[in-house]
Amino acid sequence: MHERVLLIEDEPHIVEALSFLLTREGLSVSTHADGSNAAETAARLTPDLVILDVMLPGKSGFDILNEIRGTEGMADTPVLMLTAKGQSRDRAAAQAAGASMFMTKPFSNREIVANIKALLE
Amino acid sequence: MISFNVLVSICLLYVLGLFAVAYAAERWAETGRFAILRSPLIYTLSISVYCTAWTFYGAVGSAARNGLEFVAIYLGPTLVFVGWWWLLHKLVRIGRVQRITSIADLLSSRYGKSGGLAVLVTVLAVVGTTPYIALQLQSMTLSFAVFTTATGAPAPSPTVTAFYVAAGLAVFTIIFGTRNLDANERHHGVVTAIAVEAVVKLAALLSVGIFVVWGVASGPADIFARMDPELLQSSQVFNTRWLTLNFLSACAIICLPRMFQVIVVENANERHLATASWAFPLYLFLMSLFVLPIAIAGQSILAPDANPDLFVLTVPLDQGQQTLATLAFLGGFSSATSMVIVASIALSTMMSNHIVLPLWLRMNASRNPASDDVRDLLLRSRRLSIAVVVALGYVYFQFNGGTGALASIGLIAFLGVAQVLPALLGGLFWHSATRPAAIASICTGFFIWAYTLFIPSFGGAALMGPETLQSGPFGILWLAPQNLLGVGITDPLVHAVFWSLGLNTLVFISVSLLTTPSAIERLQSVQFINVFGQVSPRRGITRNTTIEDLLVLAQRILGREEAMTLFKAQARHQGKDSPLPDATNELIATLEREIAGSVGAAAAHAMMAQVTGGAEISFEDMIAVADETAQIMEYSARLETQSKELEQAAVQLRNANAKLTELGAQKDTFLSQVSHELRTPMTSIRTFSEILQDGDTLDPEQLNHFATIIHSESIRLTRLLDDILDLSFMENGRVQLNLETVPLHSIIDRALATTQAQANELGAVIRRNTTAEQVTLYTDPDRLSQVLINLVTNALKHCGTTPPEVSVLSGLHMGKLVITVADNGKGISEDDIDLIFEKFSKLSKKFTSGSAGLGLPISREIVKNLGGTLVYAGSSKGAVFRITLPLQAAETPVSA
Repeated sequence: MHERVLLIEDEPHIVEALSFLLTREGLSVSTHADGSNAAETAARLTPDLVILDVMLPGKSGFDILNEIRGTEGMADTPVLMLTAKGQSRDRAAAQAAGASMFMTKPFSNREIVANIKALLE
Repeated sequence: MISFNVLVSICLLYVLGLFAVAYAAERWAETGRFAILRSPLIYTLSISVYCTAWTFYGAVGSAARNGLEFVAIYLGPTLVFVGWWWLLHKLVRIGRVQRITSIADLLSSRYGKSGGLAVLVTVLAVVGTTPYIALQLQSMTLSFAVFTTATGAPAPSPTVTAFYVAAGLAVFTIIFGTRNLDANERHHGVVTAIAVEAVVKLAALLSVGIFVVWGVASGPADIFARMDPELLQSSQVFNTRWLTLNFLSACAIICLPRMFQVIVVENANERHLATASWAFPLYLFLMSLFVLPIAIAGQSILAPDANPDLFVLTVPLDQGQQTLATLAFLGGFSSATSMVIVASIALSTMMSNHIVLPLWLRMNASRNPASDDVRDLLLRSRRLSIAVVVALGYVYFQFNGGTGALASIGLIAFLGVAQVLPALLGGLFWHSATRPAAIASICTGFFIWAYTLFIPSFGGAALMGPETLQSGPFGILWLAPQNLLGVGITDPLVHAVFWSLGLNTLVFISVSLLTTPSAIERLQSVQFINVFGQVSPRRGITRNTTIEDLLVLAQRILGREEAMTLFKAQARHQGKDSPLPDATNELIATLEREIAGSVGAAAAHAMMAQVTGGAEISFEDMIAVADETAQIMEYSARLETQSKELEQAAVQLRNANAKLTELGAQKDTFLSQVSHELRTPMTSIRTFSEILQDGDTLDPEQLNHFATIIHSESIRLTRLLDDILDLSFMENGRVQLNLETVPLHSIIDRALATTQAQANELGAVIRRNTTAEQVTLYTDPDRLSQVLINLVTNALKHCGTTPPEVSVLSGLHMGKLVITVADNGKGISEDDIDLIFEKFSKLSKKFTSGSAGLGLPISREIVKNLGGTLVYAGSSKGAVFRITLPLQAAETPVSA
């Protein structure tokens, strides 16, 4: 059974790249490009892992994370946060909000795949 | 018979003689010849200015009317010179030490250099002296008239006589009274002339007296046998009035401005006073010796209606003694002239020093007071003041001439000036006397004098009606001017003396007790009261210094606490139990050092010298004080300037720092935004390139797709970097503009050509008004078309309507070129309008094609650099951006 990953990211090229990578690793990838309704999508899909961008149009990644953590059955779902800002302030905020892992863009393909696999185990 | 003309000629010759004496005396004084001029004799004779025409003629009149009453006028001064010699000595010493120039100066100086007090005393002196000068003019006019009547010649108008006499006196006084400005205000020439006049009047009176006793009568026994027994009976010697007269004349010798002038100001040597103390009473004795015989002779041989005030003249005339009468006339003339001359000099000194000069200094504060201007001004004001004083006397004579007996006017003047007595004596002997007290007491006395005596003396004139005089103002009986509170003193003079000097003294004492002397008054009081304790404190004379004086001084300068601490420490050092140490030399030296720390050494020395027994402050001391003060003031002014500069610098630094902090924060935000914007395309590039590196078997189409993404993201990165640099340059105003004159339509052509493909793709309609585009612009065509491309692209991309309609319309408005770029979309909501020009804002990102949200900010900066504005002027029909460019850069439409 394929493990299901929900990718919440607004930059189309990055969505395309990550979808290709994860599909190639045998994961089932759903995408959501907007900040609004992202938590609802997550609640509906109940994915095994969420990849969440910090800067999204409409709503901040941290708010979405809070909503996901508040969703029934998703309190322990691994969430990998991505940010393009690369500031330690964001890392701390992400951990406080309950992110399982935090990665800075640009990232290494090998590294992100390894991290996702580790989170899924 | 001596004709009127001969008499006038004699007078003129006499005055010329006085001129010669005065001139010679000044020359001799300069060359140091004729020591007699500096002898006590001249000084004593000059004091005889006390004996005016009033005494010369009036004493006989007084004797004829009231018997021995006239003796009081001579007895008062005699008592002062004999009995109160030490008071005069103190006055003279103070005058010399303090360089006193007048009685107004003395009081002002004693009461803390008060200008107001000086003015008050000056006014009082002028008011009190004016009737007296009028009196002299009247006596001269009368004596002239007597001579003319005796010769049977037509009588000259008294007014004319008085006028010529007044004018002549003014000229003489001006010439000799203001020939030079002496710091000591001494007038050798005038004093010598006055002394000569004193001899003449004494000689005249003695001659007439001798003639009467041994020429008319056959000796003293005979003359007294002729005396009307009524004369002595009517005189009630030693009654209240007589005592009052004694008292008044004693006051007068101290307080009259002219007496102060000759006794104190003109005194060249204190030892002269010792001679004067017996010689002047002797002079007065000789002057009074024949008064009674002349009066008796006049009454016995002349008609009963003859004016006794003129017996000195009329008795010799009646006896056919022309020469003797002329001598008597000259005696009276001398008495009158000497009084007017000295009085006007004294008053002019007061008026110019205390009224004219302070006013001038106030009006010309910026002028250097050491310049010749002031000297000229002083001389001119002296001369003018003399003229004014004599003129006032003349005017008074004009209005009141002939009213009242001579003696009564003299007594009124005496009481007027006597109002300064309490303040004067208090100043000389009482440490607690204060300036407010002096002013209040003089004002009180002056007012009561005017109310009870001066104004009623000429029947109230316009100031008081007869009913007011009788029954008080508004019928209030107890306010009746000559019967205050109804105490029932019948003699108006005694009444006025009682009330004016009584209340004056009462006010002086009460106000002094209620007020505290200021520091300078305190210092001056020590200086005045201890004037004889003049030994340097260095040599250890501290007998005049109380420890309280030192403490007051120390507290003024060091502050209460510190002064007490210092004194307690000194007391302990001296082994005393009380908190106050003894005023030893050591203490004084210590205190001077402490004070020097606050006010400078010179000032400290000067102050200590003053407090510790009135050592004279030398000119050098004062200059040093002034220098130190100037230095301190300059230093403090410099400090103040520096502190202001520092304050300004601090403010500037604070502002700069705040600006830098803000700029730093802005820079951090900007860098963080740039980093974010760069990382996004870089992420795509890195990820796809790593996928390609993996060498997976990708189908060619996929391979091509990924390569295209990498390519486009690289271009996006480059453009982003270009934009950032561009914006940064433009914001710093360092953008390079390639300005040239181009037609507007060519710029719009170029912009629309670039967006043509995109427009075609969307099936968009683009509108423009080519007619209005026929304008040539002096601008940077590349930059302006960049702005237009940006705006058109935004419109096409974001208007959201199909098909998009974009209009690029040009026109002139208010002398400026206006280009609007409008679309047919929904426009931008009001909340977002403010954000669209922000760098990297989500909105600007949204509305800017293909870049990181820098399109609109860059466009706005470009237009700003071209001298115009770019604003959002949206309407409900769509987004509208309006570019306004100044017309001075745009030229008139090109003619087709």
